[in-house]
Amino acid sequence: MLSVYQVYLLPGNSVYCGSTISPSQIPLYTKCILRLKVILIFYSLQGRTLILKDIKSHESLSLVCITQLERRMADAGNKESAPIGGDEFTNTELENNKNNTMVEEGSTLLRRMEISVAEAEKRTGKNTVNMQEIFTVYLIETRPIDAITEGHNPAPDSLWRRYSEFEILRNYLLVTYPFIVVPPLPEKRAEFVWHKLSADNMDPDFVERRRVGLENFLLRVASHSVLSNDKILYHFLTEEHRWKEVVYETGFQAKADSRIKALSATFRVKNPDKRFTEMKHYSDELQSLTSQLLRVRARVADRLYGVYKVHGNYGRVFSEWSALEKEMGDGLQSAGHHMDAYAASVDDMLEEEEHYADQLKEYLFYAEALRAVCRKHELTQYELETASSDLISKKQQREELATGMVRTFSFKGMTNKLFGQETPEQREAKLSLLEEQIVQGEETVTEKTVECEEYVKGAWVDMQRFKEQKDRDLREALIGYAVMQISMCKKGIQVWTNAKECFHKM
Amino acid sequence: MSRTIDAVVSPTQTNTIPADISGQMLDLDEDDDLEVFSKDLTLADGNMFNASMPTSPGSMVNQCKFEEDEESDSKDIFITVDNPESHVTAIETFITYRVLTKTTRSEFDNSEYEVRRRYQDFLWLKGKLEDAHSTLIVHPLPEKFVVKGMVERFNGDFIETRRKALHKFLNRIADHPILSCSEDFKVFLSAQAWELTTYKKQGPGFLSRMGETVRAVANSVRGVKNRPEEFTAIQEYVEDFSNKIGSLDKVTQRIVKEQKEYLEELKEYGPTYTLWSGSEEELAEQLKGVAGCIERCCKETEEQVGHLSDTLVPVLHEYVLCAETLKAVLRRRDNIQAEFEAKNEALATKKVDRDALKEEIDKLEDRVEWANNALKGDWGRWQRSMRGDLKSAFLSTAEKNVDYYEKCLAVWETFLLSQRTEPSEETDRDNTP
Repeated sequence: MLSVYQVYLLPGNSVYCGSTISPSQIPLYTKCILRLKVILIFYSLQGRTLILKDIKSHESLSLVCITQLERRMADAGNKESAPIGGDEFTNTELENNKNNTMVEEGSTLLRRMEISVAEAEKRTGKNTVNMQEIFTVYLIETRPIDAITEGHNPAPDSLWRRYSEFEILRNYLLVTYPFIVVPPLPEKRAEFVWHKLSADNMDPDFVERRRVGLENFLLRVASHSVLSNDKILYHFLTEEHRWKEVVYETGFQAKADSRIKALSATFRVKNPDKRFTEMKHYSDELQSLTSQLLRVRARVADRLYGVYKVHGNYGRVFSEWSALEKEMGDGLQSAGHHMDAYAASVDDMLEEEEHYADQLKEYLFYAEALRAVCRKHELTQYELETASSDLISKKQQREELATGMVRTFSFKGMTNKLFGQETPEQREAKLSLLEEQIVQGEETVTEKTVECEEYVKGAWVDMQRFKEQKDRDLREALIGYAVMQISMCKKGIQVWTNAKECFHKM
Repeated sequence: MSRTIDAVVSPTQTNTIPADISGQMLDLDEDDDLEVFSKDLTLADGNMFNASMPTSPGSMVNQCKFEEDEESDSKDIFITVDNPESHVTAIETFITYRVLTKTTRSEFDNSEYEVRRRYQDFLWLKGKLEDAHSTLIVHPLPEKFVVKGMVERFNGDFIETRRKALHKFLNRIADHPILSCSEDFKVFLSAQAWELTTYKKQGPGFLSRMGETVRAVANSVRGVKNRPEEFTAIQEYVEDFSNKIGSLDKVTQRIVKEQKEYLEELKEYGPTYTLWSGSEEELAEQLKGVAGCIERCCKETEEQVGHLSDTLVPVLHEYVLCAETLKAVLRRRDNIQAEFEAKNEALATKKVDRDALKEEIDKLEDRVEWANNALKGDWGRWQRSMRGDLKSAFLSTAEKNVDYYEKCLAVWETFLLSQRTEPSEETDRDNTP
């Protein structure tokens, strides 16, 4: 959930986020973009207070209470329904969770608990084949919101988790809530890398971006009306040990649909909900389009880096040349410094742009989650269709047996003709078997129909939620991108204006 | 040599009429200076002054005034090089350029001339000027052909770049107080094609040219013994300058290359947003907006690269060539001195006709003197030109870059403005402190 706020800046032209929040708690989308009199501030609604201070005078520029705003935004725009009573995170069965598709006001975990991924550290240990390995662990910190708003400042509870544990959590959520577009994790390996960016998973910049991405994942999950109520999630955040045993005990791995099953369903389903088919097409497009965009962006970044860095050579040569010249010396020397500054400025700018790329990447990965939801629908629909056609065929068989008329060709019928019909006893046995099967079949069909309908209902709601979230987030991202470009242009103007002054002095 | 010139070449001088040149031209009290111009100049070779051309100090004063930078009101000759045309003959294809001259100078019969010249003709003129004034700094010509890759003599950009350089070349000569008085220059500007061909055939023959070259080579092998300190200083400067300007040339070309590659990628970037917008509803407009911004920035980038290529690259390249010219000039000066020294030594050691040799030595000594003065005078002049040219080229580049960023800034700010009036953010607008 993001918003854009307009704040009028007083004399100082820098802003940093004040000490009530540690910088690590500012997730991916939070940026303070500075210049002149207007800042656009992006931040994530988290139920905490954000104080903005002038970096020179340390005066508070604005005090924004996010909880209040959250309520206002909820009033203004959210699809609301009456909150489902009961305590959200006490023992609810997985099945109940599945059926709990209503959006609940004020019930997500995030409103009760402050969550952050504060740090990352390297650890060594033995892996499954007893070989030494180095891996990174991330510190998850949690604090109850009540305590904070009451003015206490309790130390957060914390535990360490590896990326692979996040993966397990996500897989669990995918299986348990197939009708939800589950937020993606940050990429496992660095992709869309341009030459300066490291593809190494151990690279500190990559680790830092991953930390931010993991925090974002947790915030998204913990603010989702359905997912946030999950017990396993709560465990993940609060119990360091035994979590893995607990999650495996749920048996979620067994419940996962096999790929072959899913794929086969895609091809053979007859009447999928058209909306889901369209959504699936959209997810394919989203994936390929964002992927293409990210690829080209990386190449553009690479080239831009080259342009700026070559200017650094001007700095060196001007400096050397200025030693030769008496008249032009001063002008050249200072121009050289500006060229150095120009070359150096690109590092920060492209670092910032990486955050933009990460925002797009999130939706690249979201596309897959979206597709998974559509595929699951096709699977449930297919199972329903299969069950229905099974039922029909059983009923037909019963009719044939009962009336003795052979409607359809069957080997049985042929052998009967060839070798004589079966005995009345045999026929009776067959009939009663069929009756049983038909009764069961009807039950199955009813079950599957309900399952299908519920799935469609739940999934459609979440897909709508996802769509709105996506539109909002991407809109913010694009605005952020424009702000970045503006900042870059302003820096360019400044450097070259300074250089111009120096050249004048030549 | 006992006499020293009062006004030593110093890079700190910024006066409009530098003491060095004026010391030679205006200081009428020193007969030696006057002598320089009325003397029989067969030593310096050839056709520097036509007998009919006034060589009085008065006209020198007028010409001297061209030292003042950026003065066009006192200019009395305007030359343009334009209109390249291709000529095809049985043997070859070549380009000629129109050279248009407008002048009020009295040594020209008409006030306007229009002739066509080819690169070879320019080369000839340069050669003649260098022969006549071996220690004056003649502005370089563009190179014969692009060194790397194909010989692109007929490529549009190449021709345009060359045309501009040729234009500059002629104007620099026209601005030069001594070179612009050259008869060869006059003929170059005014003679029709066949006249020029005839004229070219005159002058020192092949053999005498060979003699000159042999002497020069011999002298350069021998080397100069007592080079005055100031010329050593100039030589050191030229060495360093040559390195620096060479580096700048390379860096700038590299920047152009990188910028062009950046532009290529940028051109593919915008369309990815447009493509995406086709699949979106709410976001479509915004995505198209961003695509539009990127496209406009592409145009600006293209312009900026073009400006760099047109303005900074040629100037730096010119001065790379200038550095080579300077080295050659210094070498020639050294050779003149070496020749004198050799003969001088011979006087002491060899048993020859001492009177004849003495006379020759006197002439050589004067020649050295004259060469040194010419070079010193031109040196200051050259330095000022160099400063002016490079300063203005860099200034222009910086200005263009500021302009480029300002234009891109406007593009993105317009986009941002269009986004901030979106209604979905209205609810929060009120929450300003």
